[in-house]
Amino acid sequence: MLEISNLVKRYGHNDPVLKGLDLTVDGSSVVSIVGASGAGKSTMLRCINRLVEPTSGSIRLNGHELVNLRGGELRRARRKIGMVFQGFNLIDRLSVMENVLAGRLGYVSFYQAVTRRFPQTDIDRAFHLMDRVGISHYANKRADQLSGGERQRVAVVRALMQEPEILLADEPTASLDPKTSQQIMGLLQSLASEMSLPVLINIHNVTQARMYTDRIVGMRHGQMIFDGAPKDFNQDALDAIYGGIESPEEEGADSDEGHEAREAVA
Amino acid sequence: MTDTRITPGRVWKKQPFIANPWLRYGLLLLTLTYLYWAFSTLPFNWERIADGLPRAARIFGGAFPPSFERAGLLWTGFKESFQIAFLATLLGVMLSVPIAVMAAGNIAPKPIYLLGRAIIIISRSFHPVIVAILFVAAVGFGPLAGVLTLTLYSIGFVAKLLAEEIEEIDWGQVEAMRSVGAGYMKTLIYGVFPQVMPRQIGLSMYQLDSNLRASAVVGIVGAGGIGGTLMNAFGRYDYDFAFAILLLIIGVILLSEGISGWVRKKIW
Amino acid sequence: MVDHAAKLTERVWSRYDAREQWIRYAVYLATVVLVVWTVRDIDIFWPWVWDAPNQIQNLGARMWPPEFSAWSAILNAMLETVHIATLATLLTVFIALPVSYIAAQNTTPNRITLWLGRLILVSSRSVNTIIWALLFVAIFGPGVLAGILAVMFRSIGFIGKLMGEAIEEIDRRPVEAMLATGAGKMKVVMYAVVPQVMPAFFAIVILRWDINIRESTVLGLVGAGGIGVLLQGSIDTFAWQTVATILLAIIVLVIIGEAITSALRKKVI
Repeated sequence: MLEISNLVKRYGHNDPVLKGLDLTVDGSSVVSIVGASGAGKSTMLRCINRLVEPTSGSIRLNGHELVNLRGGELRRARRKIGMVFQGFNLIDRLSVMENVLAGRLGYVSFYQAVTRRFPQTDIDRAFHLMDRVGISHYANKRADQLSGGERQRVAVVRALMQEPEILLADEPTASLDPKTSQQIMGLLQSLASEMSLPVLINIHNVTQARMYTDRIVGMRHGQMIFDGAPKDFNQDALDAIYGGIESPEEEGADSDEGHEAREAVA
Repeated sequence: MTDTRITPGRVWKKQPFIANPWLRYGLLLLTLTYLYWAFSTLPFNWERIADGLPRAARIFGGAFPPSFERAGLLWTGFKESFQIAFLATLLGVMLSVPIAVMAAGNIAPKPIYLLGRAIIIISRSFHPVIVAILFVAAVGFGPLAGVLTLTLYSIGFVAKLLAEEIEEIDWGQVEAMRSVGAGYMKTLIYGVFPQVMPRQIGLSMYQLDSNLRASAVVGIVGAGGIGGTLMNAFGRYDYDFAFAILLLIIGVILLSEGISGWVRKKIW
Repeated sequence: MVDHAAKLTERVWSRYDAREQWIRYAVYLATVVLVVWTVRDIDIFWPWVWDAPNQIQNLGARMWPPEFSAWSAILNAMLETVHIATLATLLTVFIALPVSYIAAQNTTPNRITLWLGRLILVSSRSVNTIIWALLFVAIFGPGVLAGILAVMFRSIGFIGKLMGEAIEEIDRRPVEAMLATGAGKMKVVMYAVVPQVMPAFFAIVILRWDINIRESTVLGLVGAGGIGVLLQGSIDTFAWQTVATILLAIIVLVIIGEAITSALRKKVI
């Protein structure tokens, strides 16, 4: 169960991007988060695994507080949170299998990581998951030789390798063509129910949100303004979320996030 | 649709960097053999090397604090280095223009092109220090040998890059000039040079900077400038003076790198 | 309409506006002044300049024909030159990589290490190989060790600077993904940084090896081993025909080096 309460994120002295957000996700529900660009969807997701440092508030995963974790504790918490990205974020020059096994980096020793000597159980699990999404025949191919949909499958498997307690997906279909993106959404939906895994998906495409998720959360200007079942997500809700916003394709908070993540590496 | 049970025991190993095992181990063996061969044939004088650490201590002990007392000598040395670099850049850049035109395949006839390329290749094949030592032998010690060396060095570098730049120009502008009836020289001046001018100025600045660096070095074999002063200081065990020269060289190089970078940024 | 016509007749055209024109004149003037000062001040005995073509021709004549009797000594010295360049390049890698790691803004542990890294790179780059050789010959005596160390100390700055830039230019997104899996810093570097900079690494090392071959040919002039020792010796004894052979050998070596480099570069990239 994920409980977010009163989450605030502010970059520098600007207006807060998240203004006291509350959200609870339990069980194996698939929740989509919709909203115009710059509404704070991406920031919220990144606050959960602390790629972005929240300014204040509380995020609890299965009872454990995630805010204020440091060093090794933070890394152990991140192992339990899988994440899928818009740009797949694969390591292009490594093989598919190495990318998949990278999901175990939080568990194996540095020596194992460098020599690629992962435990047999990890390799079994990797093959099993790759079979499940239909990419195991690519195991030794380089990641940059795959098509977009296949790459996103690799990224999903990588996240699942972590044995996560929750899966975050940040615009997982925005870089894919319509048919492939439906396949990926369907995959996320069925994986969630197979593994009884809660999934949080940021998404632009409202039709897909309605079709593949159990619950829709609408955000605008860092606040939650809709929370309900897809059937209740009507034209009024749509207007409230997107109304008066010119281009939903621009990503406002992007540069700030880049900056934050760079600090996190350093 | 899926088999949800995990099938254990499937093996996976990282694909080796080189797929063919013979080639892989062959290369490894080759490398090791080479290293053994290289180390065993090189003449190391271990006794003299063992003597190195106390010597290093003595040298660095003697080098601190660096002595700037002979400021007059420092000034003449650096002044001469700068003069050599400046004259050589000027001559080199001017000479490199016709040579670059000769060596540009798109505007020069074949025999001329080959001649131009040959000049460039010859002036590039030797390290400036070797060229300097030959010029010193031919025209005697002093800055003249330095100027000649660095002129040749500049031609090799500037003419090569300029020729490449000319080969990449927008051909439409040349055709336009030809179509208004301009002759060969006029086409060059109106159709070619304006396109490569910013690049040429940038190259000249870059070359002035690298000539300044090189002028400190050619002096070591007697071609004038601060390098000679440095060599003398080392030869007379004046380590505090040598260290002062070294520090100044580093300072001057950083300064000239900064200025040359700034000018190139302004022009581009 | 009349006004307009009058304006048209008054129009003058000039390539540059007034300010640009002044800057141009200032630059020309400064150049001319510098040239005049340099030519008057520089310590050149001008009659020698007019005699220089003669002298150069003379030297060329004395070199002809090349004398090949010392070929085995030359071959050995050439091998020594190659060894110096190759070993120095290999050894440099072990030092340059850690230095580039601390000199890149996105991987360096903290400010102090960043500046330490940059200091190492700048001091290495600002001192020419042959000056490093001068120093190491004074310490370890004449010989190949001084040569190897000199080439290494110059190459650290070169490889370190370019590798540092390669590290700073990596795609940040895989880094983010690795962090999200809960990997520690070293694992993130091994998985997200190292694969991305691999091609740059090979290209840079190959490039530097090529440069080091050329640099190694002159180390001997200050006593740091290689073909330069032989060259200096032949010049000192006025054995100009042997000098010519050595020069030819150097050209051959440089061409072979360039051929190997371009072949390797195609293989790797």
